[in-house]
Amino acid sequence: MTTLDNPRTTSVVQATPSPLPRVRGGLVRLPTRQPGEPERSRFRLPVGVERLLGVVLFFAIWEIAAEVGWIRPQILAAPSVVLTTGVDLIRSGTLTGALWVSLQRVLWGLGIGIPLGGGLALIAGLSRAGENLVDGNIQMLRFVPIIGLEPLLILWLGIGETAKISMIVLGVAFPVYVNTFSAIRSIDPGYHELADVVGLSTSARIRRIVLPGALPGFLVGVQMATAVAWLLLVFAEQINATSGIGYLMVRAQTFFQSDVIVVCLITYALLGLISYAIVRQLERRLLSWRPGR
Amino acid sequence: MATGTLSAGPTTSDVPVNDRGHAVAVAGMRRTFGDRRVITGLDFEIAPGQFVALVGRSGSGKSTVLRALAGLDAGAEGEIVVPERRSVVFQDPRLLPWARVLDNVTLGQGGKEATARGLEALGEVGLEGHERDWPKTLSGGEAQRVALARALVRQPELLLLDEPFGALDALTRIKMHALVEQLCARHHPAVLLVTHDVDEAVLLADRVLVLTDGNVSLDLDVRLANPRQRGDPEFIELRTLLLSELGVDETAEGRHEEHPSP
Repeated sequence: MTTLDNPRTTSVVQATPSPLPRVRGGLVRLPTRQPGEPERSRFRLPVGVERLLGVVLFFAIWEIAAEVGWIRPQILAAPSVVLTTGVDLIRSGTLTGALWVSLQRVLWGLGIGIPLGGGLALIAGLSRAGENLVDGNIQMLRFVPIIGLEPLLILWLGIGETAKISMIVLGVAFPVYVNTFSAIRSIDPGYHELADVVGLSTSARIRRIVLPGALPGFLVGVQMATAVAWLLLVFAEQINATSGIGYLMVRAQTFFQSDVIVVCLITYALLGLISYAIVRQLERRLLSWRPGR
Repeated sequence: MATGTLSAGPTTSDVPVNDRGHAVAVAGMRRTFGDRRVITGLDFEIAPGQFVALVGRSGSGKSTVLRALAGLDAGAEGEIVVPERRSVVFQDPRLLPWARVLDNVTLGQGGKEATARGLEALGEVGLEGHERDWPKTLSGGEAQRVALARALVRQPELLLLDEPFGALDALTRIKMHALVEQLCARHHPAVLLVTHDVDEAVLLADRVLVLTDGNVSLDLDVRLANPRQRGDPEFIELRTLLLSELGVDETAEGRHEEHPSP
């Protein structure tokens, strides 16, 4: 045994030394670093580059398969063809025009649906009476598939913009409502006790405790709502539309233009990705009080 | 002194008991939860500026008393008269995680001078410079000091402390004891400290009430010179007395708790 060079050893009570027990079985020396030796690490490409490799390989195989003729262009166009078609569609203004129309529908749907869902959740979350009035009805309607409402909406509103936007509004309002309501209800009752103790007024209680407390749940609802909004848009635009990305796709299908269909799909995916990024950014800003964000 | 009556039950007179010079007056307080009678006809007063510790075994109803005095329990019977300006420090700091430290301290405080008073209170608990911090970045002791500042900023005439040091580590607790002692000496609120720690009670309080079976079984004045030392023979004597009242005999074999059978 080695003696440690302790700077100060004080012992208050001198204990009578008892014989130390011996370790049974062998001892092992754990691997450690020599002084000055660098910490070992395996050579790695930057993480972003490594992850891209798989994607590059996928497109390479697709391109080769199309060039060689394994995949007929009516079934699936080659990536290079899709790229040129995409550029052409943007240059001619066809894609940008369709994009603008689709984006407007989604923005209207979110713009009405999010406040609607959030507002109803507040009404239901703040009082027993509100809950009885709102929550039962919403829980009942929640299980009606939104897409199934399409015939009814067309019957009521025709095949114009209103029917499409209404469907998105409904699809958006539900996840926002459900998440916000449950967030309001799961606010720590201790905070309400605190509000009683410090004498907060009802409006101050909503501003200082209910709204910030429900914000994380609300944002989860918004995140789900944006995904639903794009999904319903695709559906609504393919049923009966004379404009928008969905219409572009349906028309391309009629003319066996698989390249245009793929361009539209990629556009949808990019839009979904962008809206997801926006919501995440919003979350990061608004929930900066949460650690590790 | 401005007072508020919390009782919803029949009042015997229109004059609050506080006009007799008490900060807190509890008369005939009863509280039942279902069939369980937790508080059975409790009477006690606290003088202005007096530091009272309420000790009792777990389940003795001491927190029930505090919650009633805080105005958090409308289900208690009897008459409870307390100052209008009162603050509570809970066992957990209970800071709003989405509000910065200063906003937590001034919660519910309006007016232009609220910020200035909040900063002053933070300074008093030794947290100047932390006003823009998020509560989640504070240590347990720091968070509880913020809770203390939030209680102080209201300039309470009654400070209710519900086992405020219970969740802290032993070293932090010692520092908090000193801080509370110092703050009470400066601001002189009446204090009700609910605790199960007899040492803490003897260390801080002017008077210790022992709650047994829903009533005060011992009302003990603590007349020790400050600063109090845990090793002091008089300290140990009071401590032993309180512990035996609580049914703990430290001299017993193996120093285990004795639970007298009911």
